[in-house]
Amino acid sequence: MLSKRIIACLDVRDGKLAKSVKFVDTRDIGDPVEKAREYYDDGLDELVFYDITASSDARNIMLDVVEKVAQEVYIPFSVGGGIRTVEDANKLLWAGAEKINVNSAAVKRPELIAECAHAIGNQNTVLSMDILKVETTREFPSGYEVVINGGRTPMGIDALEWALKGEELGAGELVVNSIDADGTREGYEINLTRMIAEAVSIPVIASGGAGKPEHLLEVLTEGKADAALVASMVHYGDYTVSGLKSWLSERGVKVRMRY
Amino acid sequence: MPVIVDYDAGNVRSVQRACQHVGMDAEISADPEVVLAADKLIFPGVGSAVSAVDTLKARGLDEAITAYYQSGKPLLGICLGLQIVLEHTEEGNKNCLGLVEGACERFDFSDRSLKVPHIGWNEINIERSHPMLSELESGDEFYFVHSYYARPLREENILGTTDYGDKTFCSIIGKDNLFATQFHLEKSGELGLKLLAAFKCWSV
Repeated sequence: MLSKRIIACLDVRDGKLAKSVKFVDTRDIGDPVEKAREYYDDGLDELVFYDITASSDARNIMLDVVEKVAQEVYIPFSVGGGIRTVEDANKLLWAGAEKINVNSAAVKRPELIAECAHAIGNQNTVLSMDILKVETTREFPSGYEVVINGGRTPMGIDALEWALKGEELGAGELVVNSIDADGTREGYEINLTRMIAEAVSIPVIASGGAGKPEHLLEVLTEGKADAALVASMVHYGDYTVSGLKSWLSERGVKVRMRY
Repeated sequence: MPVIVDYDAGNVRSVQRACQHVGMDAEISADPEVVLAADKLIFPGVGSAVSAVDTLKARGLDEAITAYYQSGKPLLGICLGLQIVLEHTEEGNKNCLGLVEGACERFDFSDRSLKVPHIGWNEINIERSHPMLSELESGDEFYFVHSYYARPLREENILGTTDYGDKTFCSIIGKDNLFATQFHLEKSGELGLKLLAAFKCWSV
């Protein structure tokens, strides 16, 4: 039976680990390579790195981080942030990433998803969506809107519609990130996650809001997510990956326990 | 020298890195002569079987891999490398290498909660003992990413299976000097590396 995945998300800025709370006021919390290795040893299933570096000339720093991580950990990891072309994607894959995450650039130019899927495979093309809760209207029948630029720019696109379009264009997985929940540590946006997970036939990774083990249990069962993204709850040492997995396993969630 | 077949189907460098980690220096090559001369051959691959088979043929690698297999030296297939050693795949209705009797079919579930591709960590059930599997046990988990699965004709070629939904599919194939896994052992943590280390030591 397929296990539910626990994925740690590491925000990297200028080669250093940062954790954003509602995407502002980021602060450095350490070395991404060391952290990746620590989680790998503790049974993490997968890693996601978001490059939140502001300047484009610092991109090579990220490639260097990816290269080093690939020598340390032998689980899948994906990289997102600033991927605008197939060439950007290929560079990251060559450096050692397993998958790439497209987000803002794909909203602006949806063909990017198809181009990446064609060049590097659907299974390696992950669509990350930043989503804000809005009033349900004719424009937003799902009650959720796609936003970009770290949540600052609303795009006038219905979130469910975008998820389905992303799947159709060739995304192999979806990261559903709730801007409302991100950094709050008060729990995932269960309704949003379930709505998208039930509508698409590709795996859905829930993101934003994890603060307690109960939140993971909720999103992996009620929320129908295939994987749960965690960040601050493990970064600051409040919880360990192995501890979370044991807790979930004891409550009947199938997670990978031998590593 | 161990060689990793390069046919533009996935990240050969990930495989090379994992090999290095277990002390096996492997060369990445697209040259049929280098492939044939290898003392150990790794045949990885992700993505579309259609373009993979086309590229193999265009480079003369299909014949090189077949000849290598017939020479009796150890051959390790990974993911697409497992599927392509069969005779045929439903993906693009493509004929494959035919080193193992059988074909690949697409996952087809009426239950929509079962996602395709099958992505993530899943358990293996060891069906037959094999020197490559001596350090592993049923219930060990590995990382899978695939939409098609192998159906070898002969039971004796099915070394391991995996359950997904109501489907039990073949996740490990063995035939003579060929050992192949549907899962990515280069991305399956320490257990995957253990299997790679077993390949390093495997003498047929």
